[in-house]
Amino acid sequence: MSTPETKGSSGVGSSANGSSAERSWPLWEVFVRGKRGLSHVHVGSLHAPDAVMALRNGRDVYTRRQEGVSLWVVKSSDITASSPDERDSFFDPAADKVYRHPTFYDVPEDVEYL
Amino acid sequence: MTGDGEMRIAAQLRGDRERASQRSEERNDRGAEQPVGPERATSGSIDMTMTWYAVGPGPVDDSETTAAAAYCLQLGDDALIYAQRLGEWISRAPQIEEDMALANVGLDLLGQARVLLTRAGELDGTGRSEDDLAYLRDEREFHNVHLVEQERRDFGFEMARMLWFSAYQRELYAALLTSGDQTLAGVAAKAVKEVDYHRDHASQWVLRLGDGTSASQLRMQEALERVAPYVAELFEDDAVSVAAAEAGVGTLPSSLLAGALGHVSQVVAQATLTLPSDTAWRSRGGRKGIHSRPMGYLIAEMQHVARSHPGAVW
Repeated sequence: MSTPETKGSSGVGSSANGSSAERSWPLWEVFVRGKRGLSHVHVGSLHAPDAVMALRNGRDVYTRRQEGVSLWVVKSSDITASSPDERDSFFDPAADKVYRHPTFYDVPEDVEYL
Repeated sequence: MTGDGEMRIAAQLRGDRERASQRSEERNDRGAEQPVGPERATSGSIDMTMTWYAVGPGPVDDSETTAAAAYCLQLGDDALIYAQRLGEWISRAPQIEEDMALANVGLDLLGQARVLLTRAGELDGTGRSEDDLAYLRDEREFHNVHLVEQERRDFGFEMARMLWFSAYQRELYAALLTSGDQTLAGVAAKAVKEVDYHRDHASQWVLRLGDGTSASQLRMQEALERVAPYVAELFEDDAVSVAAAEAGVGTLPSSLLAGALGHVSQVVAQATLTLPSDTAWRSRGGRKGIHSRPMGYLIAEMQHVARSHPGAVW
């Protein structure tokens, strides 16, 4: 397991790495809800000094064209992500289990969205 | 703190009003020698000084309409010139996210300027379009305050300037919601939300820089001091604003001071900074078309493409 932020650069809390680390703002992941009833969708990331500014930067960078009605920002370093190295053991075992898909039902003709 | 600052600026404004009558006489003198000299009128050739004004149906002889036109023009000029200044930040801000934020603020202001200048052109009877007004006027015909034309300095200066300007605009547009001019009321309804965000953005940064490191605090305080001489001009009751207020179209700038100062001093105090005391000199004259050195350069940059390629479209 690794977090996106700690893998490459020094990240948020570590101010011990000298001037370049102090000068760079932490990375934030941005989630936008397009309209009421939809869920928040990840749209990208940005830099900001803190959560309050991250929300404002998210508004300016990702909702300029009325893309959303609600915004979430999450510090990238707070996201625990699966690693590419673990892809095989994580995801491949599901490959041969077709019975987990609902493909063995007869769908009535008039039901459009199932 | 709020009370002291308000009294101080109010005292400055009283002084300005006493000088105002003297200055309006100067302006009348200039106005008289402006458009048509008798020699030119009788010469038989086309009077070039008049062709510009002859585009539309001619000036409407109605003092209320004239006041509304001049009022829209000065508000539009404030927005236009500050939008131009903010555009300079693109690729120069501390982070690309801040490039976007400042450009967004600039574009909001440009949108306000477009409607206000268009309205000014309609009301003054010259039929000038927003582009005519933005690109084909000379320095002395712009009526923006000095604050917005000052050169871009460091980021702290920009946030100090934006804090004052957006606090002023926030009060202004809130008051204009009930303007007798439908267009002005319409602009205000849209703009009040925009400038609310501008004010928040500037406030957030002043808080962080003021209450940040010792270096950032020093520079933020310095920025407030640099901006201070340009603040009183925003709240000065010039002849145009007074006439517009009397016509039920505009609002008196002095009436906006309490609200704007209330916000600014609250932010400044929370940012552990000090609101600057009275300054030795203060800017004035912007509303009458008298500008500071940076204005000419700004206009040259803003207008040169439009003037080099008249009527070009894309």
